[in-house]
Formats: sequence, C-alpha cells, structure tokens
Amino acid sequence: MKTKLVTAIVAAAIAAGPALADLKIPLISFRTGPYAANGIPNADGYTDYFTLINERDGGIGGIKINMPECETGYNTEKGVECYEATKEDAILYQPVSTGLNYQLIPKASVDQIPIHSIGHGRTSAANGAVFEWIFNYPTNYWAGASVAVKYLLEENGGDLKGKKITLVHHNSAFGKEPIPTLEILSEKHGFSFNSLAVDHPGQEQKSQWLQIRREKPDYVLLWGWGVMNPVAINEAANVRFPLENMIGVWWSGSESDVLPGGESSDGYKALAMHAPGSDFGVYDDLKKYVYDTGLAAGNGDQMGTVLYNRGLYSAMLAVEAVKKAQEIHGVAQVTGAMVRDGMEALVVTEEKMASLGFANFAPEIEITCSNHGGQGLAAVRQWNAQTKSWTMLTDFIAPDAEVVDPLITADSEAYAAEAGLELRCN
Amino acid sequence: MFYREAGDFKTSYQDDAQTFPIKFDRYRYYVVLLVAFAVVPFLINDYWLNAVFLPFLIYSIAAIGLNILTGYCGQVSLGTGGFMAVGAYACYKLMTVFPDTSIILHIILAGGIAAGVGMLFGLPSLRIKGFYLAVATLAAQFFLVWLFNRVPWFYNYSASGQINAPERTVFGVPVTAAETQPWAAYLICLVFVFVSALIARNLTRGTAGRKWMAIRDMDIAAEIIGVNPLRAKLSAFAVSSFFVGIAGALFFAVYLGAVDAGESYGIDKSFLVLFMVIIGGLGSIFGSFAGAAFLVLLPVLLKNVVVGVLGWPTDLAAHFEYMIVGALIVIFLIAEPHGLAQLWRVAKEKLRLWPFPH
Repeated sequence: MKTKLVTAIVAAAIAAGPALADLKIPLISFRTGPYAANGIPNADGYTDYFTLINERDGGIGGIKINMPECETGYNTEKGVECYEATKEDAILYQPVSTGLNYQLIPKASVDQIPIHSIGHGRTSAANGAVFEWIFNYPTNYWAGASVAVKYLLEENGGDLKGKKITLVHHNSAFGKEPIPTLEILSEKHGFSFNSLAVDHPGQEQKSQWLQIRREKPDYVLLWGWGVMNPVAINEAANVRFPLENMIGVWWSGSESDVLPGGESSDGYKALAMHAPGSDFGVYDDLKKYVYDTGLAAGNGDQMGTVLYNRGLYSAMLAVEAVKKAQEIHGVAQVTGAMVRDGMEALVVTEEKMASLGFANFAPEIEITCSNHGGQGLAAVRQWNAQTKSWTMLTDFIAPDAEVVDPLITADSEAYAAEAGLELRCN
Repeated sequence: MFYREAGDFKTSYQDDAQTFPIKFDRYRYYVVLLVAFAVVPFLINDYWLNAVFLPFLIYSIAAIGLNILTGYCGQVSLGTGGFMAVGAYACYKLMTVFPDTSIILHIILAGGIAAGVGMLFGLPSLRIKGFYLAVATLAAQFFLVWLFNRVPWFYNYSASGQINAPERTVFGVPVTAAETQPWAAYLICLVFVFVSALIARNLTRGTAGRKWMAIRDMDIAAEIIGVNPLRAKLSAFAVSSFFVGIAGALFFAVYLGAVDAGESYGIDKSFLVLFMVIIGGLGSIFGSFAGAAFLVLLPVLLKNVVVGVLGWPTDLAAHFEYMIVGALIVIFLIAEPHGLAQLWRVAKEKLRLWPFPH
C-alpha cells in the first residue's frame, strides 16, 4: 500500500514537473574597457529589476526570467559574437550600443527577435512601417537634439540668431546621429553650428577644447559615452567654458561622468529621459527583495545613479512588453515575435508606472505599429556639485515634430529602398 | 613509426620539389582539406561560424599577408588595420557602384586596390628600416582610418558613417547580409583561404620568396648579388597588402556586415595580426594559421571555460582573458621565439624518427 502510494506520488511529481521553462532575455553588457564606468550601472539596474520580478512576483506570468550575461567591452565584434551565442530562444535584446544596434538590425529580422534600443541606436527605427523588429522608445537622438535646441531657445527668449552652438561628439555612429538634425535646426533658427569629433575612447580631447576656447561658442552639446564624458567636462572646466552652457545627451549625464570633476562639474546640464535619484517606490521593493537578500548585481554601489535608473526603466519596459505579449496571445511562454506584438501595443500610463513604483519617473508612452519611437519627450536637468544630485530644470519637452518627423520618414524610406523592404502597418 | 619514409623514392623533379614530399604529410593535408570542405559545412551553426571559424579564416589570410611582409621580407608593418580598411571600403564602393558584378570579383579587386595603397605606403621602406619603418606604417594606419572617417564619399554620405554590405549571392546562394546560411559564409571564406595559402606558398618558395628572404637577411648583400631592392620590397608590400585587403573585405562583407572604420580597423587590429604572426612564427605559412588559431580560439575557449563552466562573473572573465593571453604571449616569446611553427617543425622532426631518439 505504502509503495503504491509513494510510486503514485513520484509518478505524479514527474508528470507534473515540466521542463523548467523560462523567459530568456540576454544581457549584452560592458563591465570592462573605457566605457565600463557607464556600462556597469546600466547592467546592474537591468539585472536587479529582473531579479526583483523573479523574487517578488515569481517571474512574468509565472515564468521566471533567465538573463545570461555576455561581456563585450563595448566592442561591436564581441557584441555580435555575444548575440550569436545567446540568441537561441531569446525573446528580447537591449544592446545599449549604437554600433551593435546597426549590426543587429538585419539579423533581428531574420532571427525574429525584437531589439529595443532605448534612446539610442538607429534613430529612424522609430518608423515601425520600415523597421519591423526595432524599437527605440521613449525618445531618440534627433528628438533629443531638437529638445536641447528648444530649451536653448527658451533660455534666449525664443531667439538664437547669431549664436554659436558646437557639438562635441564621439566619433562613431552614436555621436554622428544628431548632426543632420542640428544642421537643419541651425538653418531654421539662425544659429551657426559646427561639430568636433572625438576619437574612441575619448581620452584625448585637448585639441578639440583648445579650438572651443579659440572659437568661444555660446553653447556646447556633448554626445559622449564612457570615459569621454568626464574628460570632456574636465577639459571644459580647464578652458573655463561655463558649464551651465553645456548640455549633454542623456547618455552623457550620469554620476560617473560628473563626480570625477568634483566642484568644477557644478552647473553641468544634461538631457533627461527619466527622473534621477532614488526617491521611488520601486527602491523599497528592491531593498527588500534584492539588496537585503544579497542578490544585487555587481558591487551594489550604483543605486540611485542616473544610469542605474535607466537600467531599471529599460527592464520595466521590457517586463511590461512581455506582460502585454502574454495578454495578447494568451500564453505565458512567449516567443520573440509575440513580444514584438506586445511592444507594438504597449501603453504605459502614469497610473501603471505609479503602481509599479515609478511614480513621476518618466512620461507616458504609447507605441503603435508605425510608431516605434514613442513620443520623443526629454527634459533638462542640472548637476549640483555641493549636494551631489541632479535637479530637474524643466518638465518633459516635446521635440519639434516639423523637423524631426520628415527626417525620420526620409531616412527610413531610404533604408527600405536600399534593402528592398515593403512598408507595413497599412 | 608514423612517417614511413622507407621506400619512398621520387622519380620526377615535380614529385621531389612538392610542398609535402613525405606521404604522411601529404595525406594528412588531404584529410584536413576533406574535413574542411566536406564535413564542417554540414555541422556548422551560427555560433561556431561567428565565434570561431570566420575570425580564424579571415585572420589567417591577414596573417599570411603580414607574414609575407614581416616574416619573409623583414619589413615591419603596423599598418595592417589600415590596409584591411582599404580592402573593406574598396569592396563596399565597388559593391554599391557595380551591383550586378559578382562579389568574388569585387573582393579580388578590393585586394588589388589595397595592394596599390600598400605599395604607396611601402615607399618609405626604400629608405628606412626596422623600427622607423614601423612608425611610417603606423602613420599609414592612422591616416587611412582618418580618411575613411572624414571623407563622406567613402561611406556613401550615410548619416551614421557606417558602411553596410548589401546582399550578394554566389551561384544564387546569399553570402553577405543577414540571410546568409552559416555554411555559405564559411565556404566562401574557406575558398579564399585555400587559394591565398596556395598562392602564398608558391610565391614564397619561388624566386620571389627567395628575393624577399635575401632582403630580410641582409639587404645590402642582396643588392650586391643582383636582387633589385625596389622591386623586392614594393612587391612584398603589394602582395602582402593584396592578402590583407582581401581579409579586410571578407571581414566587412561576410563576417560583420556593417563596419565603422575607427572601431573595426583600428590600431588593435594591426597589433592583433602582428601578434598572430609573431606567435605563429615569422616566415612560415603554417605559422600564420597557427597564430591565427591561437589568438582567435584562446579567448573563446577561456570565456566558455571561465563563464560557462566555472560560472564566474563576466567582467572577471574578460580581465582574466587579457592577463592570460598576455602572459602566454610573453611565455611564448621567451620559450620559443620562433613561434608555434618552430614547435611544429621540431615535433615533426622528432616524429619522423619516433620511436627512435635520433
């Protein structure tokens, strides 16, 4: 009798225990190399949020998230190798590298895995009619450039005529992205624009900043990444360029960029994709389920930094997309194509964000089949070196759609023509 | 015991002068070719292709090129990355301007253009040697990368500055862009490696190779006995840059698909290929393959062991990789300065006598 019972229980356990399914969202990170200072907080935030979801909610729809990590050192070749190594059964990628993004755009379509290049990557991927598998919500580089110019217009009473704006950028696809938009905006608003390229890794900037000291532009926009950011801020202070006239993109405005300069970084401004700081409900949950249980990623010293928040935000958007995908398709074990459908139907309202612990964190997002780029909003924040914190200077500003939208359409349609793609979403 | 040379008499000059006179070597070579052409394409998948085979094949061609220049002709060159970039951008321009021509022709022409550029930057070698020539080729490296970044014509005025390989087919099978099957990409690179190695082997054991080696050993004495140093040095640069340009074109078109000159063809590439040649063995075609295999496979193996098997964090594994590869390079240069090819030669000599000691 006992053996029969035991056999029955064992048989039931074997029958009831399926192959451990999981949702595979690989993390392509760079914790080494000249860009590590910015790669580490982003990767930590991304990992910690998924750990939180696994610990607190038991995964998404009851299935745990599996997040294999692969180190690239921000090198595109290694990034491609990491992608190829992890792409089997993967449902979503967030490359955090514009160079890698360009490589993955054709591959993602063949492998049927959506790529979410949050606030980076190929800007014209915002046009979902051409780029079926690529998303860059909530904002993109051309929108960011436009928002920066709008902010400067406001600062100057609506008139930038005769002013000089210089773009100091990383000499790569990432840094060159805003140049076409800024050139059009310079014609529209009457300011003169020029750009100075800084070669990878960005530690040598003396000649660029000497040129700035000579030319004395009114404003400098910084499109840097990794070690280039603190060096640029340092050099700006060295040539006595007033830092409140310098605005960095959202990738050039994290604590790791301004802390090395100490007092001389005071007043530096940066664009914001989301709010800075750790005054959000999600941090209480993180403390309870992740930090105090010893499951925090990395060293556990990046909480509350801007890029850590960006990691949390990216992960939150990924989880919401997967939830939407599960809702649309009615299955918990979703595939990449289903997640793409989820992303195209994604609506993130302020209430939803507040319920997740992200109250007043970021603007609302609505994604459709043809709009993969969100609403393009960005705000401007400023660093206070005394309190060592960022203060939001403005609300979230919308970009100049008159300038940005035609550029996106033109660039994406040129890509479609070159690659022989048909427009979708009709 | 392995090398049964008893009774192996050659009856024609052709047989006597062949690359693999010993039967065991020859058959081993045929077996390797058989496995490479007929077995691997059926077993290869995306990961093995992108992590192991394609980098190995492509860097082998580049290492053969640099070995001809530095190993056989003795001209130190740090411009390999720049010449690979020339090959890639030439291939891109040809592909976009002549979309109907076969990509194989484009790659060969790209190699030709790289050969021309190589000859141009090789002109300083007629006046300076050794370390100073290395600096002159370093100038070539930086100038070429700067050129491809700065002149928009090279990247067809694209906003991102990157070049993308459009889809091209060989016999109807796509070999570039995303639709490529792993076996197709593998086979096209393998064919190029085979032909390049064949040409290089036969050049280096002919008159051209002997002239290069004479220049390497003592260029003044070579000039006295009638080797034209201008022709020899420039031909070394030309042939070397031809192979390096082909490697660069394949790197762009087949392996990566989209390339940014500063990132993919920087000074690290030049050093990487130089290390491959030094570790593999200067002046040896087999050494080029051995060095390429060593420097491509070792990081992949380390990563798979450290992260996959031991489960350590990824940044620790990456740091470890640098340390171990660096340490191995140092150990190699101390223990066997003539590289892996020398180890192979010594092993072969011992195997010819095995089990007898001498």
